[in-house]
Order: sequence, then structure tokens, then C-alpha cells
Amino acid sequence: MEKIQTYTEIPAEKFTFAQADKKLGDKKLQTKPVSYMRDAWRRFAKNKSSIVGMVIIAVLLLFALIAPMVSNYSIAYNDGYYRNVLPKVSAHADGGFWDGTKRYESNLATYQYNYAIGLESGRLAVKDFYGTQVVASSSGSSVLYSYRFDTYNAVGYEFVTLTSEQLNALQEYQNETNIQVIYPMLDTSTRNQVMYNTTDANYWYKTVIDTESPNNGQAVLDENGNYIPLYLTGSSTVYNLYNSLRIAGDPGIEDPTSEDSYLYYRVVQGGYRVRVLYYEYYTYINGFEPCHIFGASASGQDLFTLVAAGTRFSLMLAVGVAVVNLIIGAIYGAIEGFYGGKLDLFMERIADILNGVPFMVVAVLFNMHLAATAGVVGALLFAFVLTGWIGTAATVRMQFYRFKKQEYVLAAKTLGARDRRLIMKHIFPNSLGTIITSAALYIPSVIFSETSLSYLGVISLNDTSNGIISLGTLLTAGQGAISTYPHIVLFPALVIALLMISFNLFGNGLRDAFNPSLRGSDS
Amino acid sequence: MVKYVIKRLLLAALTLFVILSLCFILIKLLPLPPVNGTAETVAIIEARREAMGYYKPIIEQFFLFWGRIFTSFDWGIGETMYQTQDVMSIIGQRLPATIGVNVYSLVFSVPIGLLLGIFAAVKKNKWQDHIISVGVMIFISVPSFIVGFLVQYIFCYKLQWFDLSVNRIDYSLNIWSQIFSPSMFVSMIPAIMSLSFGSIAGFTRYTRAELSEVLTNDYMLLARTKGLTRRQATVRHALRNAMVVIFPMILGNFISVLSGSLIIEGLFSIPGIGSLYITSITSLDYNFFMTISAFYTAVGLVAGIIIDLSYGFIDPRIRMGVK
Repeated sequence: MEKIQTYTEIPAEKFTFAQADKKLGDKKLQTKPVSYMRDAWRRFAKNKSSIVGMVIIAVLLLFALIAPMVSNYSIAYNDGYYRNVLPKVSAHADGGFWDGTKRYESNLATYQYNYAIGLESGRLAVKDFYGTQVVASSSGSSVLYSYRFDTYNAVGYEFVTLTSEQLNALQEYQNETNIQVIYPMLDTSTRNQVMYNTTDANYWYKTVIDTESPNNGQAVLDENGNYIPLYLTGSSTVYNLYNSLRIAGDPGIEDPTSEDSYLYYRVVQGGYRVRVLYYEYYTYINGFEPCHIFGASASGQDLFTLVAAGTRFSLMLAVGVAVVNLIIGAIYGAIEGFYGGKLDLFMERIADILNGVPFMVVAVLFNMHLAATAGVVGALLFAFVLTGWIGTAATVRMQFYRFKKQEYVLAAKTLGARDRRLIMKHIFPNSLGTIITSAALYIPSVIFSETSLSYLGVISLNDTSNGIISLGTLLTAGQGAISTYPHIVLFPALVIALLMISFNLFGNGLRDAFNPSLRGSDS
Repeated sequence: MVKYVIKRLLLAALTLFVILSLCFILIKLLPLPPVNGTAETVAIIEARREAMGYYKPIIEQFFLFWGRIFTSFDWGIGETMYQTQDVMSIIGQRLPATIGVNVYSLVFSVPIGLLLGIFAAVKKNKWQDHIISVGVMIFISVPSFIVGFLVQYIFCYKLQWFDLSVNRIDYSLNIWSQIFSPSMFVSMIPAIMSLSFGSIAGFTRYTRAELSEVLTNDYMLLARTKGLTRRQATVRHALRNAMVVIFPMILGNFISVLSGSLIIEGLFSIPGIGSLYITSITSLDYNFFMTISAFYTAVGLVAGIIIDLSYGFIDPRIRMGVK
């Protein structure tokens, strides 16, 4: 038999540590831990369409914030002479695109009227002449003149009444800048029979006045084919207040005392009547040239500023409403989901009932009741808050139901965590992703509701003196003239469309990013 | 199942009752709108107000209101619009136009939407799918009134194919036959187009999402290994299962034709219930407002119930789950 050695007692000094110098324990993580948010962001950034959405949102946000600052115009501004003018990207744009011009067709009289504006001042209302075409109509054939028509220069001349100080200041401006603002007055008193419209300062030339004739309103040309001016003439010894620039062809340039020299003002009750080239007069008064990047509305408001203000209003309202509703919805859903049982049933019924109310009804009733006391915006806010939180509450409730029975929650409970801690620390962070997603998807629906309601005229968001304007209001204002001035509708509509698309893209991207079940599915 | 249906119906009735009661009280708290018109109409409306107890305390009016509705379904008469005419009969006149234009829109958008969705799901992540997805994204996001502007500008002004507003309806003749007449259809085309783009996009997105999920299931692989062609497998197995979710949505849309679109009706001057509602709000006719609000609420609630029930109706598995 082999001898079996048994160790009953081993002396202590025989033991040595096997891994005396080694550290025992889990391996230290080589990579950084990926937090929930970082993981979501990584997936979000991979999604091209949501990045596009985010960029569009950023651009619109910048537009809404910066445009009112850089714009020469305020929200309350309006100038009736420049109503409906077309978009012009900068004051000196003249390339046929986005320069305040359009192709225009008119009869000869209107063509001559527009042409004459440029003939006198060099500010051409008729830019390029494309040709004529004969159009047959019931009353015989007529000739249509088609040309590129500058809506800014087409305002032409206006009569204004100035005080003597204003007249002198304007003359000084003329002398300094060498820009002709004041043009000769028209002889309306004696030549009424040859002037088509004596109140329109643009009829400075002799016209046919004969309602029977098809040529009614057309210019009478001299033997060289030139327009015949109808300027007021007289000696400057009497009209000696004007000592500034004179237009070419004025006999007064050589001898201001001549009876044939042109007169640049008339004395009227309360001051001096002068005929100004409105474009230059506008520049003189405002300090900048008229230039509406998005064109002007039917009452001469600057659409660029208004659209930016409307965008800002929409965004502010939507974000504000979304934040309030998220807080209410999160609390409501958390209580429902966490406590469950009878309380949940009761609270669900309340939510059900509120959910059944059409938003239109809420908005209208709140507007009727609160608009007088809380203002239209206040009433609208209340209306949005009344039903807007239900969606968030439902998602949060679902998340709570899903997580409250999990072991880690039970463990925390066993360790003595209070309800508040369980809710805030252990369950709520799990529903953060869904809350953010529902916020991003809720914002476009607020914008949609707000613009629709103001478009329909159900709520009136048109208080430009207080800086409140809605894109929907702009749409309503432009709707009637959509065939003649589509630009008034185009820009607000474009911004609404972009807002909706970008927030939806952004929200969809967030939803996918926060959904861990989609992790790795795209790669 | 029956028990469930009854429960849902009772709950909906309760919801409707609470909403209408709140609505009623909120309206009654507002001052009565002044009545303009000939002495005769003013007298009739005043007499009617007196008879309906408009000058009694709100609590009493509340019971009178529900009493009238439960006994004679009387919603009052027009006060500032359609003066002295019965509210219900005017709504009855206006309803066909709303239903007409929305049914036309659905008749086009359901098949187109489903086909596009199926096509996109089958071609998932190929260029065809991407193009469809971009279109869907745009038309789902852009509000219908902006699509309406575009349609109006292009087809009514630039091309001048259609008139700006739909044909007038002669209410003394049969309204339904006028709505579903060919000339009426032609005049409604711009409105139908404006409505359809959005709903086509909705159907497409839904169908694509559902179908592409079903297509990844194991039984689809089994069907293919059994020797079915791709088309057979998709049509017979995938589409049927996807329909479980798609069909209730279509059904819900068909019920919602009753409410129609407020904005499109206004834009193309369709004499429907939506434009009536907007006018009732702007001209402060509370009887019309109350009635149409009730109608919209009821349609919404019924649509919800029917959508939920149709899941069980179309899918036996869900039906068993209820029991």
C-alpha cells in the first residue's frame, strides 16, 4: 500500500501569498461608460434626416431672433405707397430675380404712364421691354405691351405739402447729395383739358382726353416723338424759395428769372406744395432706401419683419406651451402610473373626458371668456394647457407601469426609499426619453393649431402695436390677393411648412434615438 | 364582448354629457348676443328665447336644455345666422357637402396610400422607398391649408382648370344627388386634392411601417421556403396581418368624414358643416356653435369606439383576448 500522507498541521510559515503583488478584482473599464443620453445622441447624430431637421430649426430660430434686429422696419411700420411691392433682396438688386420686378402686360396708356416715370427721373419703372402682342377681345383687338415692371419705382411722384423749414432742409439735402428729389410742379390749373388725372403726380406729360377715343389716356407726342411736359412755369423772382437742383431742360438753369423757367413749388394753405420723386423722398425721410426682402403686404407692412415676428411668436408659444404641458403631464402621469388602482382609474376618466373635447371648442370658449381679461394670447395658452398634457401623461403613465414592478425598484423600496425618491430617482429618469420625444412632436402640433386658428379668424392674433402677429393672420391677409400678389402668402406659408417639417423630422429622430430597442438595428 | 361594448358606449355617453354640460354652462355665462334684423324676426327670436327660458337662472336653463334634447332633440333656432330657422335642419342641409368632399378624398387616398405604402415596404431602404418617405414626410407635416393654397394657385389661377369655389347647391332639390353629380365632382377636385395629399401620406406611412414590420416575421420566411413567390407571400400573409392595424385606421377615417376639414371648406367655399361652424363662431350664434360642437365631440368619441372594436372584429386573436 502506498503511504498516504495526511496533513493535519501545517506550520504557518510554509504559506506564501500566491499573488502577493497582484491586485485582485474586476478589470478596470478600458472604455468610457456610455450614458443613456450620450447613447441617444450618438444614434440621433447618425440619422441624417433628423440632423437636417435640427439645422432647419436652428436657421428658423436665428431668423426669428436676428431678422427683427437687422431689419430697417419695425412690426408696427407701414407705408401705403409701397403696398404689395414685390420681394427685393437688396436695395440695388437688379438681375431679374428677387429684385422687386415682374413681367407685366398692359395697354399703351398704362405702359406710357409707367415709362414716363423713368423718363423724367431715371428711376425706371419699365426696365426691359419685351415686345407687343395683339389680343382680340369682344370690343375689337387691343395691343398689349409686355415689359419688366419695377414695383418700387412704379410709385413715381407724389405731391406733398411741406413747411418752409422742411422745404429748405430738403433743398439742402439735394445740394449735398446731388440727388434730385423735388421735381417741377405741374400746371394743373390751365391745362386741365390735356392732363388725364390732375391729382396723380405721375401725369407730367400731355395726354389725350377723349372718353370716346380708344386712345384716351395715351400720351400726346411732339414731332420728334417726345413727351410734352406740362410743367408749371413762372419767374423765380416771385417763387424765390427754391434755389436748388433743376432738372435737365429747365430754362431756369440759365436764367431763373425767365418767365419760362420751371417752378418747383406752389404756395398752398399751410405751406408749400411740392412734387417729389417718392423713392428719393422716402430715402431722405427714413435714411434708407425702400427694400422689402419678402415684399410688402397689402397695407405696406414689411413682410420680412412680420414673418420673423410671427415665427418668433409661434416658436415662443409652442415651446412655452410644451414646457408647461410636459410638467403637468409628467406629474399627472407619474401619479397615475405609480399609485395605480382606483386613483389611476379616476384620473384616467378625467383625462378621457378632457381628451374628448375638440380643441376648437376649447379654444373658442376660452377666447370668448378670457380674451377680455387675460388677452388673446393668455386665453390661447389656457386652451392649450387644458388638454395638451394628456398625451404626455399617457406616455409617462405607461413608462411608470413598465418600470415600477422591476426588481431594482423593489430593492430600493426594501431599503426604505420613500415614494418621492422612487419616483424621482428610479423610475422617472426612464421616461425622460419619451417625454423629450413627445415635447418635440408636440411643438409642431401647437404651431399648427395656432396658425390654423388665427388663419380661420377664430382667434385674432393681429396686434402689431404690441408686437403680436401670427403667421396664420398673415396668410389670411394675403389670401385674397393670391392670384396677383402670391408673395404675400408665399413666405408665411413657406415658414409654416418648414417649421412643421423640421420639428417632425427632429422629433422622429429623437423618438428613434431614445428607443433602445432600435439600438444597432441600423448598422 | 357585448359587456365591453356597452361599457364603452356608456362611458362615451357620460363623456359627451359632461363635455356638453360644461360647454353649455360656459356659453350661458356669456352675455346673450344681440339680435339684428327685421322687427318680426327679432320678435320671433325673443319669444323663442323667452320660451326656452334664456332669462332664467343657469341651473334651471341647464335642466331645460337637457330636457329639450332628451324629449324632442330640439337644439334651438338660428339667432344671428339663418335667423328663426331650425338649427338641426340647417346642419342636415350642410352635412352632405362635407361628407361628399371627404368621401371623394378617401376614395382616392385609401388605395393610393395603401399601394404606395406596400411599394415602399417591399422596396425598403432602396431609392424608391427613400423618395416615397421624403414625400410622405413633407405632406404629413405641411398643413392642408398650405397645400390648399398651392393647389388653388396652380390649378385655379395659373392653369385655370377649375373654378375657385364649388358649384352652388339648390337646397330645394335633392341635396345628395347634387353632391354626387359629375359637375359637382369636377368643381370639388381642387378641394379633394388638398385633402388627399395629407391623407395619402398618412396611409402610406402607416402601411409602410406595419408591413415592413410584418415582413421581418419568421412566418414570412416559412412562407417563402414553402415555395410561395414573394408576391404571394406578401399579399396573402404579410398584407393580411398588416391590415389588422391598417383597417381600423381606414375605418376611423371614414367616420371622421363627418367632421370634415374646417380649413379646406373655407378655402374652397364648400357649403359644408365646417364653414358653418366657423361662421357660427365669428357671428356669435351660440345655438349653432353648441350643436356643431356636440356633433364634433360625438363623432370623435364614436370614431374612437369603433376603431377599438374593429381590432377585435378583424382579428380573432384580439377578440379572444377581450373575453
